[in-house]
Amino acid sequence: MNTFKQHSILPGFNLALGFTLLYLSLIVLIPLSAAFIRTAELTWVEFWAVVTTPRVLASYRLTFGVSFAAALVNAFFGLLVAWVLVRYHFPGKRIVDALVDLPFALPTAVAGIALTALYSGNGWIGQHLEPLGIKVAFTPLGIFVALTFIGLPFVVRTVQPVLEDIEAELEEAAATLGANRWQTFTRIIFPALFPALMTGFALAFARAIGEYGSVIFIAGNMPMVSEITPLLIVTKLEQYDYAGATALSVVMLVISFILLLIINLLQWWSRRRSAES
Amino acid sequence: MNTTITFPISGKTFRQRATEEPAWVRWSLIGLALMFLTLFLFVPLISVFYEAFKKGMDVYLAAITDPDAVAAIKLTLTVAAIAVPLNLVFGVAAAWAIAKFEFRGKNLLITLIDLPFSVSPVVSGLIYVLVFGLQGWLGPWLAEHDIKIIFAVPGIVLATVFVTVPFIARELIPLMQAQGTEEEEAAVVLGASGWQTFWQITLPNIKWGLLYGAILCNARAMGEFGAVSVVSGHIRGSTNTMPLHVEILYNEYNFAAAFAVASLLALLALVTLVLKTLIEFRNKQHQTLRGDA
Repeated sequence: MNTFKQHSILPGFNLALGFTLLYLSLIVLIPLSAAFIRTAELTWVEFWAVVTTPRVLASYRLTFGVSFAAALVNAFFGLLVAWVLVRYHFPGKRIVDALVDLPFALPTAVAGIALTALYSGNGWIGQHLEPLGIKVAFTPLGIFVALTFIGLPFVVRTVQPVLEDIEAELEEAAATLGANRWQTFTRIIFPALFPALMTGFALAFARAIGEYGSVIFIAGNMPMVSEITPLLIVTKLEQYDYAGATALSVVMLVISFILLLIINLLQWWSRRRSAES
Repeated sequence: MNTTITFPISGKTFRQRATEEPAWVRWSLIGLALMFLTLFLFVPLISVFYEAFKKGMDVYLAAITDPDAVAAIKLTLTVAAIAVPLNLVFGVAAAWAIAKFEFRGKNLLITLIDLPFSVSPVVSGLIYVLVFGLQGWLGPWLAEHDIKIIFAVPGIVLATVFVTVPFIARELIPLMQAQGTEEEEAAVVLGASGWQTFWQITLPNIKWGLLYGAILCNARAMGEFGAVSVVSGHIRGSTNTMPLHVEILYNEYNFAAAFAVASLLALLALVTLVLKTLIEFRNKQHQTLRGDA
Protein backbone atom coordinates (compact mmCIF):
# COMPACT_ATOMS: atom_id res chain seq x y z
CA MET A 1 0.00 0.00 0.00
CA ASN A 2 2.89 2.40 0.60
CA THR A 3 3.45 2.74 -3.16
CA PHE A 4 -0.21 3.69 -3.57
CA LYS A 5 -0.13 6.61 -1.14
CA GLN A 6 2.67 8.83 0.11
CA HIS A 7 3.03 9.01 3.87
CA SER A 8 1.27 11.88 5.63
CA ILE A 9 0.64 12.67 9.28
CA LEU A 10 -2.85 13.95 8.52
CA PRO A 11 -5.69 11.62 9.46
CA GLY A 12 -8.85 10.76 7.59
CA PHE A 13 -7.51 9.55 4.26
CA ASN A 14 -9.19 6.16 4.37
CA LEU A 15 -12.51 7.58 5.51
CA ALA A 16 -12.51 10.43 2.98
CA LEU A 17 -11.38 8.35 0.00
CA GLY A 18 -13.60 5.43 0.98
CA PHE A 19 -16.67 7.65 1.20
CA THR A 20 -15.76 9.40 -2.07
CA LEU A 21 -15.42 6.12 -3.94
CA LEU A 22 -18.59 4.63 -2.43
CA TYR A 23 -20.64 7.74 -3.25
CA LEU A 24 -19.24 8.01 -6.79
CA SER A 25 -19.90 4.32 -7.40
CA LEU A 26 -23.49 4.43 -6.17
CA ILE A 27 -24.50 7.72 -7.75
CA VAL A 28 -22.40 7.88 -10.92
CA LEU A 29 -20.50 4.76 -11.92
CA ILE A 30 -23.01 1.94 -11.35
CA PRO A 31 -25.93 3.78 -12.98
CA LEU A 32 -23.72 4.79 -15.93
CA SER A 33 -22.51 1.22 -16.34
CA ALA A 34 -26.19 0.18 -16.53
CA ALA A 35 -26.43 1.87 -19.93
CA PHE A 36 -23.47 -0.12 -21.27
CA ILE A 37 -24.49 -3.43 -19.70
CA ARG A 38 -28.08 -3.16 -20.92
CA THR A 39 -26.83 -2.35 -24.42
CA ALA A 40 -24.61 -5.41 -24.35
CA GLU A 41 -27.82 -7.46 -24.38
CA LEU A 42 -28.18 -6.45 -28.03
CA THR A 43 -26.02 -8.09 -30.66
CA TRP A 44 -23.63 -5.85 -32.56
CA VAL A 45 -25.84 -6.02 -35.65
CA GLU A 46 -28.97 -5.11 -33.69
CA PHE A 47 -27.14 -2.25 -31.98
CA TRP A 48 -25.85 -0.92 -35.28
CA ALA A 49 -29.31 -1.13 -36.86
CA VAL A 50 -30.84 0.88 -33.98
CA VAL A 51 -28.27 3.65 -33.99
CA THR A 52 -28.12 4.15 -37.77
CA THR A 53 -31.77 4.41 -38.87
CA PRO A 54 -32.38 7.41 -41.17
CA ARG A 55 -34.27 9.28 -38.44
CA VAL A 56 -31.41 8.75 -35.97
CA LEU A 57 -28.77 9.74 -38.53
CA ALA A 58 -30.73 12.93 -39.29
CA SER A 59 -30.77 13.72 -35.57
CA TYR A 60 -26.96 13.27 -35.32
CA ARG A 61 -26.42 15.57 -38.30
CA LEU A 62 -28.67 18.20 -36.78
CA THR A 63 -27.29 17.89 -33.22
CA PHE A 64 -23.63 17.97 -34.22
CA GLY A 65 -24.00 20.48 -37.06
CA VAL A 66 -25.94 23.04 -35.07
CA SER A 67 -23.83 22.49 -31.93
CA PHE A 68 -20.70 23.09 -33.99
CA ALA A 69 -22.11 26.27 -35.55
CA ALA A 70 -23.24 27.59 -32.15
CA ALA A 71 -19.85 26.80 -30.56
CA LEU A 72 -18.11 28.56 -33.46
CA VAL A 73 -20.20 31.71 -33.00
CA ASN A 74 -19.51 31.50 -29.27
CA ALA A 75 -15.77 31.18 -29.93
CA PHE A 76 -15.82 34.42 -31.93
CA PHE A 77 -18.10 36.46 -29.70
CA GLY A 78 -16.75 34.86 -26.52
CA LEU A 79 -13.26 36.04 -27.43
CA LEU A 80 -14.64 39.50 -28.22
CA VAL A 81 -16.55 39.70 -24.92
CA ALA A 82 -13.55 38.45 -22.93
CA TRP A 83 -11.32 41.01 -24.68
CA VAL A 84 -13.71 43.89 -24.02
CA LEU A 85 -14.15 42.88 -20.36
CA VAL A 86 -10.42 42.52 -19.69
CA ARG A 87 -9.00 45.39 -21.73
CA TYR A 88 -11.54 48.19 -21.81
CA HIS A 89 -13.53 50.26 -19.38
CA PHE A 90 -17.12 51.21 -19.93
CA PRO A 91 -20.08 52.03 -17.72
CA GLY A 92 -21.85 48.99 -16.29
CA LYS A 93 -18.92 46.68 -16.98
CA ARG A 94 -19.22 44.95 -13.59
CA ILE A 95 -22.88 44.09 -14.19
CA VAL A 96 -22.17 42.85 -17.71
CA ASP A 97 -19.35 40.69 -16.38
CA ALA A 98 -21.62 39.12 -13.76
CA LEU A 99 -24.48 38.55 -16.21
CA VAL A 100 -22.26 36.58 -18.60
CA ASP A 101 -22.84 33.61 -16.27
CA LEU A 102 -26.61 33.88 -16.64
CA PRO A 103 -26.87 30.81 -18.93
CA PHE A 104 -25.20 28.75 -16.18
CA ALA A 105 -27.66 29.97 -13.56
CA LEU A 106 -30.90 30.24 -15.53
CA PRO A 107 -32.84 26.95 -15.70
CA THR A 108 -32.82 25.65 -19.26
CA ALA A 109 -36.62 25.41 -19.45
CA VAL A 110 -36.88 29.12 -18.66
CA ALA A 111 -34.32 29.95 -21.34
CA GLY A 112 -36.26 27.74 -23.75
CA ILE A 113 -39.64 29.40 -23.32
CA ALA A 114 -38.12 32.92 -23.23
CA LEU A 115 -36.24 32.42 -26.51
CA THR A 116 -39.28 30.80 -28.12
CA ALA A 117 -41.48 33.75 -27.12
CA LEU A 118 -38.88 36.20 -28.50
CA TYR A 119 -38.33 34.49 -31.83
CA SER A 120 -41.83 33.26 -32.66
CA GLY A 121 -43.78 35.14 -35.35
CA ASN A 122 -45.30 37.67 -32.94
CA GLY A 123 -42.31 37.94 -30.57
CA TRP A 124 -40.12 40.99 -30.06
CA ILE A 125 -37.40 39.72 -32.40
CA GLY A 126 -39.40 37.27 -34.51
CA GLN A 127 -41.82 39.91 -35.80
CA HIS A 128 -38.93 41.80 -37.39
CA LEU A 129 -37.36 38.69 -38.93
CA GLU A 130 -40.53 37.08 -40.29
CA PRO A 131 -41.16 39.80 -42.98
CA LEU A 132 -37.59 39.19 -44.18
CA GLY A 133 -38.47 35.55 -44.70
CA ILE A 134 -36.37 34.37 -41.76
CA LYS A 135 -38.17 31.90 -39.51
CA VAL A 136 -36.27 31.15 -36.31
CA ALA A 137 -38.65 29.50 -33.85
CA PHE A 138 -39.60 25.91 -34.69
CA THR A 139 -36.73 25.53 -37.20
CA PRO A 140 -33.08 24.41 -36.88
CA LEU A 141 -32.19 28.12 -36.68
CA GLY A 142 -34.08 28.24 -33.38
CA ILE A 143 -31.98 25.36 -32.07
CA PHE A 144 -28.90 27.36 -33.05
CA VAL A 145 -30.14 30.36 -31.04
CA ALA A 146 -30.81 28.21 -27.95
CA LEU A 147 -27.44 26.46 -28.15
CA THR A 148 -25.64 29.78 -28.62
CA PHE A 149 -27.30 31.04 -25.44
CA ILE A 150 -26.40 27.89 -23.49
CA GLY A 151 -22.74 27.89 -24.59
CA LEU A 152 -22.10 31.62 -24.21
CA PRO A 153 -20.21 31.66 -20.87
CA PHE A 154 -17.77 28.84 -21.68
CA VAL A 155 -15.44 30.68 -24.07
CA VAL A 156 -15.60 33.95 -22.12
CA ARG A 157 -14.71 32.23 -18.85
CA THR A 158 -11.85 30.14 -20.28
CA VAL A 159 -10.27 32.99 -22.27
CA GLN A 160 -10.70 35.74 -19.65
CA PRO A 161 -8.12 34.53 -17.08
CA VAL A 162 -5.52 33.78 -19.76
CA LEU A 163 -5.99 37.22 -21.28
CA GLU A 164 -5.60 38.81 -17.84
CA ASP A 165 -2.29 36.98 -17.36
CA ILE A 166 -0.67 38.02 -20.65
CA GLU A 167 2.22 40.26 -19.71
CA ALA A 168 2.24 43.80 -21.03
CA GLU A 169 5.96 43.50 -21.78
CA LEU A 170 5.31 41.17 -24.71
CA GLU A 171 3.03 43.65 -26.39
CA GLU A 172 5.35 46.54 -25.61
CA ALA A 173 8.25 44.63 -27.15
CA ALA A 174 6.18 43.95 -30.27
CA ALA A 175 5.27 47.63 -30.53
CA THR A 176 8.90 48.67 -30.04
CA LEU A 177 9.86 46.38 -32.89
CA GLY A 178 7.40 48.17 -35.14
CA ALA A 179 4.35 45.93 -35.03
CA ASN A 180 0.99 47.61 -35.29
CA ARG A 181 -1.89 46.54 -33.02
CA TRP A 182 -3.33 44.08 -35.52
CA GLN A 183 0.04 42.40 -36.02
CA THR A 184 0.55 42.25 -32.25
CA PHE A 185 -2.85 40.67 -31.86
CA THR A 186 -2.48 38.04 -34.57
CA ARG A 187 1.17 37.16 -33.86
CA ILE A 188 1.47 37.57 -30.08
CA ILE A 189 -1.87 37.67 -28.30
CA PHE A 190 -3.94 35.26 -30.36
CA PRO A 191 -1.41 32.39 -30.28
CA ALA A 192 -1.22 32.76 -26.49
CA LEU A 193 -5.01 32.62 -26.22
CA PHE A 194 -5.53 29.84 -28.73
CA PRO A 195 -5.41 26.81 -26.39
CA ALA A 196 -7.88 28.47 -24.00
CA LEU A 197 -10.09 29.43 -26.93
CA MET A 198 -10.11 25.84 -28.17
CA THR A 199 -10.90 24.59 -24.66
CA GLY A 200 -13.84 26.99 -24.43
CA PHE A 201 -15.02 25.97 -27.88
CA ALA A 202 -14.87 22.27 -26.96
CA LEU A 203 -16.72 22.87 -23.67
CA ALA A 204 -19.46 24.82 -25.42
CA PHE A 205 -19.71 22.13 -28.12
CA ALA A 206 -19.88 19.30 -25.57
CA ARG A 207 -22.57 21.10 -23.60
CA ALA A 208 -24.58 21.85 -26.74
CA ILE A 209 -24.62 18.23 -27.90
CA GLY A 210 -26.33 17.01 -24.73
CA GLU A 211 -28.62 20.02 -24.28
CA TYR A 212 -32.32 19.26 -24.01
CA GLY A 213 -34.35 21.71 -21.93
CA SER A 214 -33.74 24.92 -23.83
CA VAL A 215 -33.96 23.27 -27.25
CA ILE A 216 -37.21 21.32 -27.15
CA PHE A 217 -39.39 24.41 -26.78
CA ILE A 218 -37.91 26.30 -29.72
CA ALA A 219 -37.06 23.38 -32.02
CA GLY A 220 -40.48 22.38 -33.30
CA ASN A 221 -39.24 18.79 -32.93
CA MET A 222 -40.11 17.55 -36.43
CA PRO A 223 -38.60 14.13 -37.16
CA MET A 224 -35.84 14.32 -39.80
CA VAL A 225 -35.85 18.15 -39.68
CA SER A 226 -35.60 19.61 -36.19
CA GLU A 227 -35.37 16.62 -33.85
CA ILE A 228 -32.20 16.50 -31.73
CA THR A 229 -30.70 13.20 -30.51
CA PRO A 230 -31.51 13.75 -26.78
CA LEU A 231 -35.16 14.29 -27.72
CA LEU A 232 -35.13 11.09 -29.75
CA ILE A 233 -33.94 9.24 -26.63
CA VAL A 234 -36.88 10.63 -24.66
CA THR A 235 -39.30 9.76 -27.48
CA LYS A 236 -38.07 6.17 -27.54
CA LEU A 237 -38.35 5.97 -23.78
CA GLU A 238 -41.94 7.23 -23.88
CA GLN A 239 -42.71 4.48 -26.41
CA TYR A 240 -41.22 1.94 -23.97
CA ASP A 241 -38.43 1.23 -26.49
CA TYR A 242 -35.85 0.82 -23.71
CA ALA A 243 -33.33 -1.00 -25.91
CA GLY A 244 -33.43 1.77 -28.51
CA ALA A 245 -33.19 4.58 -25.96
CA THR A 246 -30.31 2.84 -24.19
CA ALA A 247 -28.40 2.16 -27.43
CA LEU A 248 -28.70 5.83 -28.43
CA SER A 249 -27.62 7.00 -25.00
CA VAL A 250 -24.53 4.76 -25.25
CA VAL A 251 -23.63 6.52 -28.51
CA MET A 252 -24.07 9.87 -26.76
CA LEU A 253 -22.02 8.71 -23.76
CA VAL A 254 -19.13 7.47 -25.91
CA ILE A 255 -19.06 10.78 -27.77
CA SER A 256 -19.15 12.67 -24.46
CA PHE A 257 -16.24 10.63 -23.12
CA ILE A 258 -14.17 11.28 -26.25
CA LEU A 259 -14.91 15.01 -25.97
CA LEU A 260 -14.01 14.93 -22.27
CA LEU A 261 -10.66 13.37 -23.19
CA ILE A 262 -10.04 16.04 -25.85
CA ILE A 263 -10.98 18.79 -23.38
CA ASN A 264 -8.57 17.39 -20.78
CA LEU A 265 -5.78 17.34 -23.38
CA LEU A 266 -6.62 20.91 -24.42
CA GLN A 267 -6.56 22.08 -20.80
CA TRP A 268 -3.21 20.41 -20.29
CA TRP A 269 -1.91 22.13 -23.43
CA SER A 270 -3.35 25.45 -22.24
CA ARG A 271 -1.68 25.13 -18.83
CA ARG A 272 1.64 24.20 -20.38
CA ARG A 273 1.42 27.14 -22.77
CA SER A 274 0.74 29.62 -19.97
CA ALA A 275 3.51 28.08 -17.86
CA GLU A 276 5.94 28.68 -20.72
CA SER A 277 5.10 32.32 -21.22
CA MET B 1 5.77 54.44 -24.90
CA ASN B 2 3.65 57.06 -26.61
CA THR B 3 3.03 57.94 -30.20
CA THR B 4 1.79 61.36 -31.04
CA ILE B 5 -0.96 61.36 -33.60
CA THR B 6 -1.87 64.64 -35.21
CA PHE B 7 -5.22 64.74 -36.90
CA PRO B 8 -4.76 66.82 -40.04
CA ILE B 9 -8.24 68.37 -40.11
CA SER B 10 -8.79 69.44 -36.55
CA GLY B 11 -5.12 69.97 -35.84
CA LYS B 12 -5.67 68.47 -32.40
CA THR B 13 -3.00 66.26 -30.93
CA PHE B 14 -3.79 63.06 -29.09
CA ARG B 15 -1.37 60.90 -27.26
CA GLN B 16 -2.08 57.22 -27.71
CA ARG B 17 -0.21 54.36 -26.14
CA ALA B 18 1.28 51.99 -28.68
CA THR B 19 -0.23 49.05 -26.81
CA GLU B 20 -3.75 50.40 -27.02
CA GLU B 21 -6.20 50.43 -29.85
CA PRO B 22 -7.47 53.70 -31.30
CA ALA B 23 -10.65 54.94 -29.61
CA TRP B 24 -12.89 54.15 -32.57
CA VAL B 25 -11.71 50.52 -32.57
CA ARG B 26 -12.20 50.31 -28.84
CA TRP B 27 -15.73 51.63 -28.91
CA SER B 28 -16.70 49.54 -31.96
CA LEU B 29 -15.55 46.39 -30.18
CA ILE B 30 -17.38 47.35 -26.99
CA GLY B 31 -20.48 48.15 -29.04
CA LEU B 32 -20.36 44.85 -30.92
CA ALA B 33 -19.85 42.83 -27.73
CA LEU B 34 -22.70 44.61 -25.96
CA MET B 35 -24.98 44.13 -28.97
CA PHE B 36 -24.32 40.40 -28.90
CA LEU B 37 -24.89 40.19 -25.15
CA THR B 38 -28.03 42.30 -25.36
CA LEU B 39 -29.49 40.08 -28.06
CA PHE B 40 -28.61 36.76 -26.41
CA LEU B 41 -28.67 37.57 -22.68
CA PHE B 42 -30.40 40.75 -21.62
CA VAL B 43 -33.41 40.65 -23.93
CA PRO B 44 -34.31 37.01 -23.07
CA LEU B 45 -33.96 37.79 -19.35
CA ILE B 46 -36.15 40.89 -19.55
CA SER B 47 -38.71 39.09 -21.69
CA VAL B 48 -39.28 36.49 -18.92
CA PHE B 49 -40.43 39.21 -16.53
CA TYR B 50 -42.29 41.12 -19.23
CA GLU B 51 -44.30 38.05 -20.27
CA ALA B 52 -44.91 37.15 -16.62
CA PHE B 53 -46.48 40.51 -15.77
CA LYS B 54 -48.07 41.20 -19.17
CA LYS B 55 -51.54 40.19 -18.02
CA GLY B 56 -51.28 42.06 -14.74
CA MET B 57 -50.44 41.41 -11.15
CA ASP B 58 -53.62 39.41 -10.43
CA VAL B 59 -52.90 36.80 -13.09
CA TYR B 60 -49.31 36.62 -11.86
CA LEU B 61 -50.28 36.08 -8.23
CA ALA B 62 -52.97 33.59 -9.20
CA ALA B 63 -50.42 31.59 -11.19
CA ILE B 64 -47.84 31.35 -8.42
CA THR B 65 -50.37 30.62 -5.68
CA ASP B 66 -52.15 27.92 -7.68
CA PRO B 67 -52.06 24.68 -5.61
CA ASP B 68 -50.13 22.81 -8.33
CA ALA B 69 -47.59 25.65 -8.53
CA VAL B 70 -47.20 25.68 -4.75
CA ALA B 71 -46.72 21.90 -4.76
CA ALA B 72 -44.07 22.29 -7.49
CA ILE B 73 -42.27 25.00 -5.50
CA LYS B 74 -42.32 22.81 -2.37
CA LEU B 75 -40.99 19.80 -4.27
CA THR B 76 -38.21 21.85 -5.86
CA LEU B 77 -37.17 23.20 -2.44
CA THR B 78 -37.29 19.70 -0.92
CA VAL B 79 -35.19 18.18 -3.71
CA ALA B 80 -32.57 20.93 -3.41
CA ALA B 81 -32.59 20.60 0.40
CA ILE B 82 -31.60 16.93 0.03
CA ALA B 83 -29.31 17.11 -3.00
CA VAL B 84 -27.17 20.09 -1.93
CA PRO B 85 -26.18 18.77 1.56
CA LEU B 86 -25.40 15.32 0.11
CA ASN B 87 -23.09 16.82 -2.49
CA LEU B 88 -21.65 19.15 0.14
CA VAL B 89 -20.52 16.21 2.29
CA PHE B 90 -19.25 14.43 -0.82
CA GLY B 91 -17.40 17.55 -2.01
CA VAL B 92 -15.63 18.02 1.31
CA ALA B 93 -14.66 14.33 1.56
CA ALA B 94 -13.41 14.19 -2.02
CA ALA B 95 -11.46 17.45 -1.67
CA TRP B 96 -9.92 16.28 1.64
CA ALA B 97 -8.67 13.07 0.04
CA ILE B 98 -7.50 14.71 -3.19
CA ALA B 99 -6.01 17.96 -1.89
CA LYS B 100 -4.39 16.84 1.35
CA PHE B 101 -2.85 13.53 0.25
CA GLU B 102 -0.71 12.21 -2.60
CA PHE B 103 -1.91 8.93 -4.07
CA ARG B 104 -1.96 7.13 -7.38
CA GLY B 105 -4.92 7.52 -9.70
CA LYS B 106 -5.75 10.98 -8.41
CA ASN B 107 -6.23 12.48 -11.86
CA LEU B 108 -8.53 9.64 -12.84
CA LEU B 109 -10.60 10.29 -9.71
CA ILE B 110 -10.88 14.00 -10.58
CA THR B 111 -12.03 13.09 -14.09
CA LEU B 112 -14.65 10.71 -12.67
CA ILE B 113 -15.98 13.44 -10.39
CA ASP B 114 -16.36 15.74 -13.42
CA LEU B 115 -18.09 13.04 -15.45
CA PRO B 116 -21.71 14.10 -14.78
CA PHE B 117 -20.97 17.50 -16.39
CA SER B 118 -20.31 15.84 -19.73
CA VAL B 119 -23.33 13.51 -19.68
CA SER B 120 -26.47 14.73 -21.43
CA PRO B 121 -29.23 15.46 -18.87
CA VAL B 122 -31.52 13.07 -20.69
CA VAL B 123 -28.99 10.24 -20.37
CA SER B 124 -28.55 11.13 -16.67
CA GLY B 125 -32.24 10.44 -16.13
CA LEU B 126 -32.32 7.36 -18.33
CA ILE B 127 -29.59 5.52 -16.42
CA TYR B 128 -31.69 5.70 -13.25
CA VAL B 129 -34.67 4.30 -15.14
CA LEU B 130 -32.40 1.42 -16.19
CA VAL B 131 -31.47 0.71 -12.56
CA PHE B 132 -34.71 1.43 -10.68
CA GLY B 133 -37.43 1.37 -13.38
CA LEU B 134 -39.91 -1.47 -13.76
CA GLN B 135 -37.77 -2.93 -16.57
CA GLY B 136 -34.60 -2.14 -14.64
CA TRP B 137 -32.17 -4.15 -12.51
CA LEU B 138 -33.89 -3.50 -9.19
CA GLY B 139 -37.36 -2.91 -10.68
CA PRO B 140 -38.97 -6.29 -9.87
CA TRP B 141 -37.59 -6.33 -6.31
CA LEU B 142 -38.76 -2.75 -5.68
CA ALA B 143 -42.22 -3.53 -7.07
CA GLU B 144 -42.46 -6.56 -4.82
CA HIS B 145 -41.71 -4.43 -1.78
CA ASP B 146 -43.95 -1.62 -2.99
CA ILE B 147 -41.14 0.94 -3.18
CA LYS B 148 -41.48 3.55 -5.91
CA ILE B 149 -38.33 5.35 -7.05
CA ILE B 150 -38.91 6.10 -10.71
CA PHE B 151 -41.90 8.38 -11.41
CA ALA B 152 -41.69 9.37 -7.74
CA VAL B 153 -39.77 11.81 -5.55
CA PRO B 154 -36.73 9.54 -4.80
CA GLY B 155 -36.00 9.26 -8.53
CA ILE B 156 -36.11 13.05 -8.89
CA VAL B 157 -33.72 13.43 -5.95
CA LEU B 158 -31.30 10.83 -7.36
CA ALA B 159 -31.25 12.38 -10.84
CA THR B 160 -30.69 15.82 -9.31
CA VAL B 161 -27.87 14.53 -7.10
CA PHE B 162 -26.24 12.97 -10.19
CA VAL B 163 -26.22 16.15 -12.27
CA THR B 164 -24.92 18.27 -9.36
CA VAL B 165 -22.19 15.90 -8.05
CA PRO B 166 -19.21 17.93 -9.36
CA PHE B 167 -20.20 21.47 -8.30
CA ILE B 168 -18.88 21.66 -4.73
CA ALA B 169 -15.99 19.20 -5.16
CA ARG B 170 -14.52 21.05 -8.14
CA GLU B 171 -14.74 24.34 -6.23
CA LEU B 172 -13.00 22.93 -3.15
CA ILE B 173 -10.26 20.80 -4.75
CA PRO B 174 -8.20 23.66 -6.27
CA LEU B 175 -8.85 25.86 -3.22
CA MET B 176 -7.63 23.23 -0.74
CA GLN B 177 -4.70 22.30 -2.98
CA ALA B 178 -3.61 25.94 -3.01
CA GLN B 179 -3.88 26.16 0.78
CA GLY B 180 -1.52 23.22 1.26
CA THR B 181 -1.27 21.05 4.37
CA GLU B 182 0.99 23.04 6.73
CA GLU B 183 -1.77 24.45 8.92
CA GLU B 184 -3.43 21.06 9.39
CA GLU B 185 -0.09 19.37 10.04
CA ALA B 186 0.73 21.96 12.70
CA ALA B 187 -2.62 21.32 14.40
CA VAL B 188 -2.09 17.56 14.38
CA VAL B 189 1.44 17.92 15.75
CA LEU B 190 0.05 20.10 18.55
CA GLY B 191 -2.28 17.26 19.49
CA ALA B 192 -5.56 18.12 17.76
CA SER B 193 -7.72 15.21 16.69
CA GLY B 194 -8.72 14.75 13.04
CA TRP B 195 -12.17 16.24 13.53
CA GLN B 196 -10.83 19.13 15.62
CA THR B 197 -8.37 19.91 12.84
CA PHE B 198 -11.14 19.82 10.27
CA TRP B 199 -13.65 21.96 12.19
CA GLN B 200 -11.18 24.51 13.54
CA ILE B 201 -8.53 24.79 10.82
CA THR B 202 -9.82 23.52 7.48
CA LEU B 203 -13.46 24.58 7.59
CA PRO B 204 -12.80 28.27 8.40
CA ASN B 205 -10.32 28.32 5.51
CA ILE B 206 -12.71 26.85 2.96
CA LYS B 207 -16.05 28.29 4.10
CA TRP B 208 -16.31 30.82 1.26
CA GLY B 209 -15.42 28.26 -1.38
CA LEU B 210 -17.94 25.91 0.18
CA LEU B 211 -20.65 28.57 0.06
CA TYR B 212 -19.75 29.44 -3.54
CA GLY B 213 -20.02 25.82 -4.63
CA ALA B 214 -23.25 25.32 -2.68
CA ILE B 215 -24.88 28.33 -4.36
CA LEU B 216 -24.03 27.08 -7.85
CA CYS B 217 -25.05 23.54 -6.90
CA ASN B 218 -28.37 24.84 -5.58
CA ALA B 219 -29.11 26.83 -8.74
CA ARG B 220 -28.58 23.76 -10.89
CA ALA B 221 -30.49 21.50 -8.50
CA MET B 222 -33.56 23.76 -8.57
CA GLY B 223 -33.37 24.37 -12.30
CA GLU B 224 -32.59 20.90 -13.63
CA PHE B 225 -35.00 19.92 -16.36
CA GLY B 226 -33.85 17.11 -18.68
CA ALA B 227 -32.78 14.51 -16.12
CA VAL B 228 -35.73 15.19 -13.83
CA SER B 229 -38.15 15.16 -16.74
CA VAL B 230 -37.15 11.58 -17.65
CA VAL B 231 -37.63 10.16 -14.13
CA SER B 232 -40.54 12.29 -12.88
CA GLY B 233 -43.58 10.92 -14.63
CA HIS B 234 -45.06 14.44 -14.69
CA ILE B 235 -47.77 13.85 -12.11
CA ARG B 236 -49.32 17.24 -11.37
CA GLY B 237 -49.18 18.36 -7.77
CA SER B 238 -47.04 15.37 -6.83
CA THR B 239 -43.92 14.79 -8.97
CA ASN B 240 -43.71 18.10 -10.83
CA THR B 241 -40.79 20.35 -9.99
CA MET B 242 -40.92 24.05 -10.94
CA PRO B 243 -39.19 23.64 -14.32
CA LEU B 244 -41.53 20.75 -15.19
CA HIS B 245 -44.53 22.80 -14.09
CA VAL B 246 -43.36 25.58 -16.43
CA GLU B 247 -43.26 23.08 -19.28
CA ILE B 248 -46.78 21.76 -18.59
CA LEU B 249 -48.28 25.26 -18.39
CA TYR B 250 -46.46 26.29 -21.55
CA ASN B 251 -47.64 23.24 -23.47
CA GLU B 252 -51.21 24.05 -22.37
CA TYR B 253 -50.76 27.51 -23.97
CA ASN B 254 -51.12 29.04 -20.52
CA PHE B 255 -48.21 31.36 -21.29
CA ALA B 256 -48.81 33.97 -18.59
CA ALA B 257 -48.79 31.32 -15.85
CA ALA B 258 -45.79 29.52 -17.39
CA PHE B 259 -43.80 32.77 -17.40
CA ALA B 260 -44.99 33.64 -13.90
CA VAL B 261 -43.48 30.43 -12.50
CA ALA B 262 -40.48 30.89 -14.81
CA SER B 263 -39.94 34.38 -13.39
CA LEU B 264 -39.43 32.85 -9.93
CA LEU B 265 -36.70 30.64 -11.40
CA ALA B 266 -35.20 33.63 -13.22
CA LEU B 267 -35.18 35.50 -9.92
CA LEU B 268 -33.37 32.56 -8.35
CA ALA B 269 -30.79 32.79 -11.16
CA LEU B 270 -30.30 36.52 -10.54
CA VAL B 271 -29.92 36.02 -6.78
CA THR B 272 -27.39 33.27 -7.52
CA LEU B 273 -25.39 35.63 -9.76
CA VAL B 274 -25.46 38.42 -7.16
CA LEU B 275 -24.25 36.13 -4.35
CA LYS B 276 -21.61 34.62 -6.65
CA THR B 277 -20.32 38.09 -7.59
CA LEU B 278 -20.26 39.21 -3.96
CA ILE B 279 -18.21 36.17 -2.92
CA GLU B 280 -15.81 36.67 -5.86
CA PHE B 281 -15.44 40.34 -4.92
CA ARG B 282 -14.77 39.42 -1.30
CA ASN B 283 -12.18 36.81 -2.30
CA LYS B 284 -10.38 39.28 -4.54
CA GLN B 285 -10.17 41.85 -1.74
CA HIS B 286 -9.01 39.19 0.65
CA GLN B 287 -6.29 38.13 -1.76
CA THR B 288 -5.01 41.68 -2.24
CA LEU B 289 -4.95 42.16 1.52
CA ARG B 290 -2.97 38.98 1.94
CA GLY B 291 -0.71 39.89 -0.98
CA ASP B 292 0.14 43.26 0.57
CA ALA B 293 0.95 41.78 3.96
